[in-house]
Amino acid sequence: MKAIAQAVGQKGVNFLLYAGGAFTLFMQTLFWIAVPPFVNKRTFQQMVKIGVDSLPISSLTAFFIGVVLALQSAYQMQRVNAEMYIPSLVSISMTREIGPVITALVVAGRVGASIAAELGSMKVTEQIDALEALASNPVKYLVTPRFIALFLMLPLLTVYADVVGMIGGYMVSVYKLGLTHSLYVRMTFEPLVLKDIFTGLSKTLIFAAIICIVSCFEGMRVEGGAEGVGAATTRAVVVSFILIIAADAFATVIFYFIT
Amino acid sequence: MIEAKQVTKSFNGHMVLNELSLAVEKGETLVIIGRSGCGKSVFLKHIIGIMKPDQGEIVVDEINTVKLSSKDINQFRMRFGMVFQGAALFDSLTVGENVGFALIEHTRLSAAAIRERVEESLELVGLKGIQRLRPSELSGGMKKRVAIARAICMRPEIILYDEPTTGLDPIMADAINDLIIHMHDKLKITSLAVTHDMTSAYKIGSRIAMMYQGKIIQIGKPGDIRNSKDPVVQQFITGSAKGPMTDISFKSLEQTEGER
Repeated sequence: MKAIAQAVGQKGVNFLLYAGGAFTLFMQTLFWIAVPPFVNKRTFQQMVKIGVDSLPISSLTAFFIGVVLALQSAYQMQRVNAEMYIPSLVSISMTREIGPVITALVVAGRVGASIAAELGSMKVTEQIDALEALASNPVKYLVTPRFIALFLMLPLLTVYADVVGMIGGYMVSVYKLGLTHSLYVRMTFEPLVLKDIFTGLSKTLIFAAIICIVSCFEGMRVEGGAEGVGAATTRAVVVSFILIIAADAFATVIFYFIT
Repeated sequence: MIEAKQVTKSFNGHMVLNELSLAVEKGETLVIIGRSGCGKSVFLKHIIGIMKPDQGEIVVDEINTVKLSSKDINQFRMRFGMVFQGAALFDSLTVGENVGFALIEHTRLSAAAIRERVEESLELVGLKGIQRLRPSELSGGMKKRVAIARAICMRPEIILYDEPTTGLDPIMADAINDLIIHMHDKLKITSLAVTHDMTSAYKIGSRIAMMYQGKIIQIGKPGDIRNSKDPVVQQFITGSAKGPMTDISFKSLEQTEGER
């Protein structure tokens, strides 16, 4: 019994240390963002790596999600002759929920893993110590460009994924279910209000912060060699996924009550 | 002058530096020798402020580094150059960008002036014209030389070398030793090196300090160390498997096994 209590207590302490460390990194990042230079070459390089290079995988995922959404809803809608509402269902689902969450999960898997592995390798080969020895702050040099890049690119990727998802829905609705082009476009945009887009995009800012801080924190605290880097990479993705889903649920509840 | 006063550091209850005191005179090359894992590299990181001691202080020209703010510490570090054990070159940058890193980040020199300084630094280490290569395209010896070029590019007052010859063949190790001596003579830099390579220690050191159990147990000129009567120093410099250092290790190993 004592051993169980000790193990639970140790887990609790580890959790608090982890949360405290990640929060400290978040605050340090905010501090260093406010220290000039605000944006530099590294920020643009990260924007390309995070945003532009994620376009193919985001496109594929969003397109197939749009196709699946349209097909699955058609299964029910056709029973009550309500196929004309499929475009609305696709557009609202994509903008409010599925676009932001799926894009964040894809980026967490692709970019978060890459950040954790890169920073972890830098840690074990003493490159982060070398940065400090060369009078550069590792948070300013490594974390802030990634934070700014994710903060700017994740919302843009999400808008892009929303549109691609709607194109997926269009393909099914027009070429399989027989809806007309004009009906699909009208039923896609008519029920959409600014609030739908705003709630979706505001979530992506939280997701961007989660992906960046978790991945950088995991990378920068790697111990040991290749095994440590591998473990940190896995943890970065798993923790990001869990936090994204949890933050999404939390944000949805808040938006439900305040809007 | 660098002065470490009663520096103590522990990791997870294991004491690595145990009230270590040491003074490095201006312009000398002091070599700290000791077994792998005895805390030599940890001590170097304390000097440059990458690690903070649990107790004690490090004073460099009357500046107590332990009390420096995060803003001042970066200014302070500009006076140092550090060569890491594995070179620690930035993979994502070219050799030229690595060598000129501090100039690019912390000075307002023009691109042409930076290029000139980088070329000059690389020439000093005998690697002219490799600015465009990536660290992954270099051999171990070349990486060490580029790391030295990076360390001297800001014209530091003090250079710290962490195991400068580890992992190199004897010929390349000797070339690196010659380079360290050349840097010291040409640039009049204070140098502090940590190593377990005795050939290197005798060759580059104006003084040698032996570190054992987190303390400096003897310090003197290479000849004094070579003729030391201390059994621990003798065992280390002769590289004998039997002696007071390993007796303690064997005893603690036997004790651990006995407890099991």
